[in-house]
This record gives sequence, C-alpha cells and structure tokens, in this order.
Amino acid sequence: MKQHGLKAWLYLAPAIAFLGLFMVYPLVDVVVYSLEEGYNSASQSYFGVGLYNFSYVLRDPYFLQAVKNTMILVLITVPVSTGLALLISLGLNSIKALKKLFQTVYFLPYVTNTLAVGLVFMILFKKTAYSDGLINLLIHAFGGPTVDFIDGPYWAKILVSSIYTVWIVLPFKILILTSALASVNPMYYSAAKVDGTSKRRIFWRITLPMISPMLFYLIITGFIGAFKAYSDAVALFGVDLNAAGMNTIVGYVYDMLYGNSGGYPSYASAAALILFSIVFTITCVNLLISRKNAVV
Amino acid sequence: MKIVLEHLTKRFPNRNKKIKTEVIAANDLTFEIPDGALIGLLGPSGCGKSTTLNLISGLEVPTEGRVYFGEDDVTDLPPEKRGVGLVFQNYALYPHMTVLENIMFPLGNFKGDERLPKEEMKRRAYEAAKLVQIEELMERRPSELSGGQQQRVAIARALVKRPGVLLLDEPLSNLDARLRLATREEIRRIQRETGITTIFVTHDQEEAMSISDLIVVMKDGVIHQISKPQAVYDDPVNLFVATFLGTPKINVFSGSVKDGRLFLGSDAVLGVPGVPDGEVTVGIRPEGFLPSPDGPMVCGLSRVEVMGRDTSIVFTHPAFDGEAGRAIVDAEDAAGLEPGEVRFALRPSKTHLFDPVTGDRIRPRDASEA
Repeated sequence: MKQHGLKAWLYLAPAIAFLGLFMVYPLVDVVVYSLEEGYNSASQSYFGVGLYNFSYVLRDPYFLQAVKNTMILVLITVPVSTGLALLISLGLNSIKALKKLFQTVYFLPYVTNTLAVGLVFMILFKKTAYSDGLINLLIHAFGGPTVDFIDGPYWAKILVSSIYTVWIVLPFKILILTSALASVNPMYYSAAKVDGTSKRRIFWRITLPMISPMLFYLIITGFIGAFKAYSDAVALFGVDLNAAGMNTIVGYVYDMLYGNSGGYPSYASAAALILFSIVFTITCVNLLISRKNAVV
Repeated sequence: MKIVLEHLTKRFPNRNKKIKTEVIAANDLTFEIPDGALIGLLGPSGCGKSTTLNLISGLEVPTEGRVYFGEDDVTDLPPEKRGVGLVFQNYALYPHMTVLENIMFPLGNFKGDERLPKEEMKRRAYEAAKLVQIEELMERRPSELSGGQQQRVAIARALVKRPGVLLLDEPLSNLDARLRLATREEIRRIQRETGITTIFVTHDQEEAMSISDLIVVMKDGVIHQISKPQAVYDDPVNLFVATFLGTPKINVFSGSVKDGRLFLGSDAVLGVPGVPDGEVTVGIRPEGFLPSPDGPMVCGLSRVEVMGRDTSIVFTHPAFDGEAGRAIVDAEDAAGLEPGEVRFALRPSKTHLFDPVTGDRIRPRDASEA
C-alpha cells in the first residue's frame, strides 16, 4: 500500500510542481503583495503590513471608474449576448438549407483576432479627418447628428464597447447552444407533437428546461469572462484607457503593474483580489440560482 | 374505433444520396383493425412496422394511400387532430417534470372551450394513474422510477386525453425478461378495461402471440399474414412466416413430392394427397416429430436434451437445410433413445409444404376444392 502511495505521488509530482509554481505560488504572492504597505519593487522593501492598499484602491477614482465601466458592460453584454445566441441557435436549429454555411459564418468571429476585429470596428465607428466612419455616414444619411463613438460621449463609447463584446462572445455561445439544442432527443418533440403542443409551449416547457444546464454554464462563464475584459477595450480605445475613461478592472490592474502609472504591484494585487471577490460572489449567486432550477 | 388502411405506401429517399432508388418502408398496406382489438405488428427489425405505426399516428405522411379512423379519412390530419395516444419505445417522459406533470402535460395543450380547470386536469391525471397503478409515484421524477414504472407513466400520459386509438412502439423492449411478462399482461388488462383499439409494434413473436387478438406479420414493408395468433403459427401462409414464428424454429428440409407422397432424401415420409409432383421446401415444427421404432423418417441422433416435461432431440438428416434439426417430444416417448439412429413419424398438421422458389405455401389441391 505504501509503495502505491509513493508511486501515485511520483506520477502527480510534475503536475503539482507546475501548478504550484505557476498557480499556487502567484496566488499566495498576490495576497502577500496586497498586504504589504508601501512596497518598493526596486529595493524590495516595505513599511508595514495592513489593509492600506485596499483602501487606496477603493478610493482611487480611476479604479471606481473601471468598476463602473466593467459593471455596466457585464450587465449589458451577458444577458444580450446569451439571449441573442439563444435566438440565433434556435434559428440555426430550425433551418435545413444553408445550415452549415450559417454555422460557419456565425463562428467566424471566434477565430478572428481581437485586434483585427477592433480595426474593423474603427472603420465602422471612428471619426477621422477623412471620414466619420460608416455608421456615422448611415446616421447622417437618415438625417441624424453624427456621434463620435470612440472619443466622444461616455454612453456612445459604452454602446460601441457592448456591441464589440457581444459580437466577440457570440460565436462560442452559439456553438454551445446549437449543440445543446441538437442533443435534445427528437422523441420529446414527437411526443409533444402527438399531444398537439404549441410551439411556444414546447419551447418554454421542453426545450428551455432541457438546455438549461448549458444556459447556466454560459451565463456563469459569461459573467466571469465579462469581468475579466481588457483586450476589447484596448482594441477599441487604445492603451491609455484611463484617459479615455473606458478602463476595466483588469485594465486597472495592468496599468498599476506596467502602465505609465505602473510599478505598484501592491495596488495591482489589491485590485485583483477585489475583482476576485466580486467574481466569486456573483458565481456563487449564479450557482445557487441554477441549483434551484436544476433538472434532476 | 375501427382503423382502416388502404393501399398505404411510404417511400423514403435513400440515406446514401448517391443511390437514387428510394427505400420502401411500407408497401401497399391494406388491412382493417376491428374496434376494440389489440393488434400486434410483428416483424424483424427494419421491416417497416414502426413506419406503419407512425403513419397511423400521423407523425409520418404517407406517399400514397389513405388512413381511416372509423368512417373519417384522417390521412391529411396532423397527429394532434387524430386523437391518438402514442407510447414511445424509450417512453419519452420529460425528465424535468414530475410524474404528475408528465401525465397532465397533454391536457395543458387543450385550447379555447376545451381548456380544463387545473382541478379537473389533476383529477383526470389521477384517474389515468390509477388505471396503470402508479398513484403513489405522482411526485417522483422519471429518473427515480424503474423501467416498468416509467412504462406505466408513459401509458398513463398516452391515455389521459382519452384517445380513440392507443399506439405502442416496442413497448417491452427496454424491460428485463421478468418485467416483460408482467407488463404484457398489464397492457392486456389496461386494453381490456378501457376497450381502446390498441396497436403495438414488436419484433418478439412470443410477445405478439401472447396478448394480441390479431397478429400482422410484416417483412420488407409488406404484410405477409394477418391472423389470430394460433393461426399464424399453425397455418403460415409462407416460409417466412413459418420460420419467423416459433421457438425453437421450424425445421426446414428440401424434399420432393411424387405420386402424393413426400420424399425427404430417399425416404417417403408422409402421404400428401392432392399435392402436385415437384420439388418442395418442407417445414416441420419441432413438435411434429413422433419417435417410433418403425417410423418412415430415419435420422441421425446427435444428442438428447432433457427439459423436464419435454425432451429435445437434436438430429441430423441429409435433406435438412442447416446443421442439425430439433424435435420436441414427450419425455416418455424419448425414453430409451440412444445416440446413433432415431426414427420418426410425422404429424401431418405440423408439416407444411412451401414452393422452393417463391416460399408460398403449397396446399393439397383437393382439400381446397372440397
């Protein structure tokens, strides 16, 4: 028995070593950094231990702006993208002709580079000396006032940001939901059909409960993903997100580490832990709700 | 409700798109199912029996032909307008609903004036549950039920709308052997109590034989025989029906008829007056052999298997179509048999002659004239 134990540990050793080095140690280190007050990365020294870093970060207007931006984006993009993905998947599932083509088209954004997509969005939305952007041309054609989506008012930027995020996350959700829909055994639909069940009732009483585990999975990962957003904002508004007023929490962490105002690993760690606690709370709430509605 | 099928044909495009020929799942089916009968659609897998069931339920639309329920032509009606209850092979119980919700589900589809108050829906659900004896399981989910209980729930859900026709697709195939016996009695009982015209599909001949009023034997989309269970066994119309029904299988020999006598190899084994001379395929049921010291049929005796009341004799014969035949005889008659040689006399009623090419039954000519 003892030998078996040894052997097992031996097999586990590489994984434990890597996970320890690249996952556990950094996690612990983040907590340590966040508690070290006045840490100086050059001299590797600090004044004392306490919660000052947290109170600094929580009072930093840039951080509060980043939290507000992130929250707004999460609250808009998660429901909208999940709902849209469900609608598109239902559509894809019910057509026969060109199904493969549409599936490919809807999946394309998934394999497209984020920054390339950002470039396309620039062409659509950005005002330059030469053009107001395609969307503004459209608005103009219908007689509306042009809006600067990239450097203009806050809600215009939020709008572009939301559209961008939704478009980026849609393909994965559509992929998951179409396969979830396809995996519902058609005999349930036959059974419902023999009983004369309306399409509406079939959707609400059969399809939706059957795919609800996948739906909850998408909502939970959607929340986590949206809270971790950073590259989307960079692709649209450049690296100086604080100046654009469009920073996200992860962006703030990055700036604290490497940005122009960088060199503060303690503040970055504190901000990262705050983000973790938000994501953790929301995931717990999500799981509680999904348990309640779980299909046995 | 009486059900009439008229020249019902269903063709599917071939699944392999390169092959242009269509698959004919049901070929020109014409038969009538009397009101209140329990009908077994019997055939090997892929014979079109499930398609036939789907054509009756309306889940499939026939390529040609009509379906009548009573006097009404329902061919163009969708399933929900036909008033059928359908029990699926895997029961298709909604896993996220309780038994009660499952049984009530069809009632929730009623619209307009037909709409029932919740109390009435519940009352009817309990009524159906009582019929199949599952009242104490109403709050459980399907995953918490045994296969047999799920089956009952599925039947209750099919009956709760009070349909005119109950259709069961392979109702017993997902149950273990012991439950199968109990459940088929149960289906018979429920059918008797409700008097509902019931059609069930099966590939198990014993199942079909034991509870049906009439058996429809199908193969390759064609109906071979429609008869009472005993008649299908005793009086098969062709070699397929004869070999498909009966366990152990009917013994098939190549023989010939000459001057009103049946020859197997060189032995004249049975007088068959009125049968024209020529080659024949001979089917002899295992119980058609009578061991007798001076019997006309000489066989090699491979072994004797004692099964209690009966004894099974495994024999060889040069005209036998296959390795070894099997005769089932009374234990008393088999006493004293030694490996080596055994002689049989044949029971004429258990010996059937078939055309060696078409497989159709050859009957004595004068018998049909008389």
